[in-house]
Amino acid sequence: MSIRRRTLLTGAAAFAIAAPLARQASGEDAARLEFVELYAARGVLGIELAPKAKSLAGHSVRILGYLAPPLKPDVPFFVLTRAPVALCPFCNSDADWPSDIVVVYPRSGPGFGSDGQPVAISGTLELGSKVDPGTGFVSLVRVVDAEVQALR
Amino acid sequence: MKRPARRVGRIGAFVMLAFAAASAGAAAVYPIDRARILAGTRFDFKVEFDAVVPMDEVRITVNGTNAASAFGRQPQFVENEDGSGGSSLTLSDVSIEKPGTYAIHAMAGGTSITATWDVYATGPRRAKNVILFVGDGLSGANRTAARMLSKGIRQGSYLGRLALDDMPYMALVGTSGVDSIITDSANAMSAYTTGHKSSVNALGVYASRAKNNLGHPKVETITELVKRKTRMAVGIVTDAEIEDATPAGMFAHTRRRADKDVIVEQLFLSRADVILGGGSAYFLPQKTPGSKRKDASDYIDLFRRVGFRIATTDSQMRAAAEDPATRQLLGLFHPDNMDGALDRRYLKKGTVAEFPEQPDLVDMTRAALAVLSRNPDGFVLMVEAGLIDKYNHPLDWERGVYDTIMLANAVQAARDWAGNRDDTLIIVTPDHTHGVSIVGTIDDARAGAEMRDKIGVYADAGFPNYPPPDAAGYPPSVDVSRRLAMFYGNFPDYYETFRPKLDGPFVPAVQNGAKQYVANVRYQNHPGASLRVGNLPRTADTGTHTADDALLTAMGPGAEQFHGFIENVEVFRIIVDALGLASDARQAASTPGSTPAVLSAAQ
Repeated sequence: MSIRRRTLLTGAAAFAIAAPLARQASGEDAARLEFVELYAARGVLGIELAPKAKSLAGHSVRILGYLAPPLKPDVPFFVLTRAPVALCPFCNSDADWPSDIVVVYPRSGPGFGSDGQPVAISGTLELGSKVDPGTGFVSLVRVVDAEVQALR
Repeated sequence: MKRPARRVGRIGAFVMLAFAAASAGAAAVYPIDRARILAGTRFDFKVEFDAVVPMDEVRITVNGTNAASAFGRQPQFVENEDGSGGSSLTLSDVSIEKPGTYAIHAMAGGTSITATWDVYATGPRRAKNVILFVGDGLSGANRTAARMLSKGIRQGSYLGRLALDDMPYMALVGTSGVDSIITDSANAMSAYTTGHKSSVNALGVYASRAKNNLGHPKVETITELVKRKTRMAVGIVTDAEIEDATPAGMFAHTRRRADKDVIVEQLFLSRADVILGGGSAYFLPQKTPGSKRKDASDYIDLFRRVGFRIATTDSQMRAAAEDPATRQLLGLFHPDNMDGALDRRYLKKGTVAEFPEQPDLVDMTRAALAVLSRNPDGFVLMVEAGLIDKYNHPLDWERGVYDTIMLANAVQAARDWAGNRDDTLIIVTPDHTHGVSIVGTIDDARAGAEMRDKIGVYADAGFPNYPPPDAAGYPPSVDVSRRLAMFYGNFPDYYETFRPKLDGPFVPAVQNGAKQYVANVRYQNHPGASLRVGNLPRTADTGTHTADDALLTAMGPGAEQFHGFIENVEVFRIIVDALGLASDARQAASTPGSTPAVLSAAQ
């Protein structure tokens, strides 16, 4: 539990960003992880994961964000975003997601609520590039075996 | 289109493929009716029937005569293409060497479809170099506002001209496509780079009924043509992703512009010499965090291995360009689209904090010219100001106008480089337009309870009070008390704030749970904001392209052909004419339209 307490403290600065959500969902069982704590740096040649995210790999985390529009029905995961997204708002393609997304595999499987809503996710943090076998969707940060709590 | 074509020689009879009649009529021929085709350029010839027909009961003629042997092989016949219920025939990589009129007749049963192609030659080469500037989505109001802000206006007269205004030749360009009056950047750029109109989302192909994005009939791009027929260099420069539609139009072949990982592979194979832009995420192998690829290919490493200098910052780009040994340069400065001039230079918003060393499009243009001009055989350079469109879409006119000023500065850099040499054709054109207009000014000092009351029209508009431009031509502040009232005519639901978006690019609408775009509540409480109910379908995430004519300006050898109204495919014809890419074909012609065809096909 010491890790969880420490991360709750160090995450305090970023807490303000998600404050409206946080007021509705206070995570107690898992270490709180903010979107801004996922990446240390984003560069032309790639993204570097932040030490806090790395330290929580394999551990239970709680993260707040927004349900992105589903890729298609019946896929076993959804995309969690820092802010509500208008998918690739500037072009005709829906191929481009923000780089700081979290892919969530709910424990309950497909059929998670409507998109665009704020949610709290609790589950096990997985890091590293992985391809979803069913869709080919590539993810870097995942929360698996997740419980999803709608926040409004 | 990568295999060398084998010319099978002149034939005395007209070309044709004989198959015989069936019960269904022909549904489509590619290239389409009224296509204008550069002599000797390559294309895939495809006929689609709208029913399944036996191969030996189909008849296809060119200028009325059976001349299947001209191609040296049989076409590929697919009895039931992708389960469409129709048969197709394709001959890949064919070309027509001799100028003239070609009537295509495809017959099955009692019905037939006819297409007529006009195959044209060029004059002798008059331009050593061609520089094509594309202002993506550059609309009349972008240009007018850029002139007002960058040059000033007093008593009705501007105090100066933009570098893209002050050119001797001008034309109105029709931008519509095969499928729609409204185009997108993929289809629009393909018209400039292949001479063929296509369909929304398509790059270097006709949009046929094939289900595989890469299985549609291809047409040769300017990059392929120049690399095949000359020793010229090719440069591709943009401030959007380098695999985005406009730069991809220089070399790519796919039905869907979203195939960005495939487009990077096609870029690598294109033999382009200078490649500068954003979009590095599609160059990184999948295992690298931040990659958007779905394979293990490391394209930055591959480019390096074949001799490219690599730059990821402005200073690295300049150093590489100054090195007289540099002949091939790959500069990638952002994983996604780069940031625009207003954010990079003044507001420091967008992703400028993460990527502080992005070059300006002007310096990218200079770097490209420095490297390309080392080729004694000349070059074709495309420079896209891609973010004008990226900002017009979300109704962020200030950012679009600052990037229009940047485009003008890049054009000035090219004009300075070209000097008096008179061997370089410079073209500046939009690919399509947006529905945007200047309607007056917004004066914060004007009395009124609502922001709309503060809009001055006619005599009340007067003049805006932007500060004089700095040395780079930009007003150092966009947040002034009497600013342009500039509005978009086609939009989703959004909150109109009547003010520049100082905290980052505008996101007017977001998707709701019913997959409809609704006004982004983030702007609801901005002072004076009012809900503007959209006039577009709720599936539209932003403002959309318009069919309004695009305004093209040009100078240099060949530019005199730009005048009046032209279709966008004419831009290609004028470029290849200036470069003399089919001047030998003209010599071979005797009586265009009535002489035997000379066709060839790859093996």
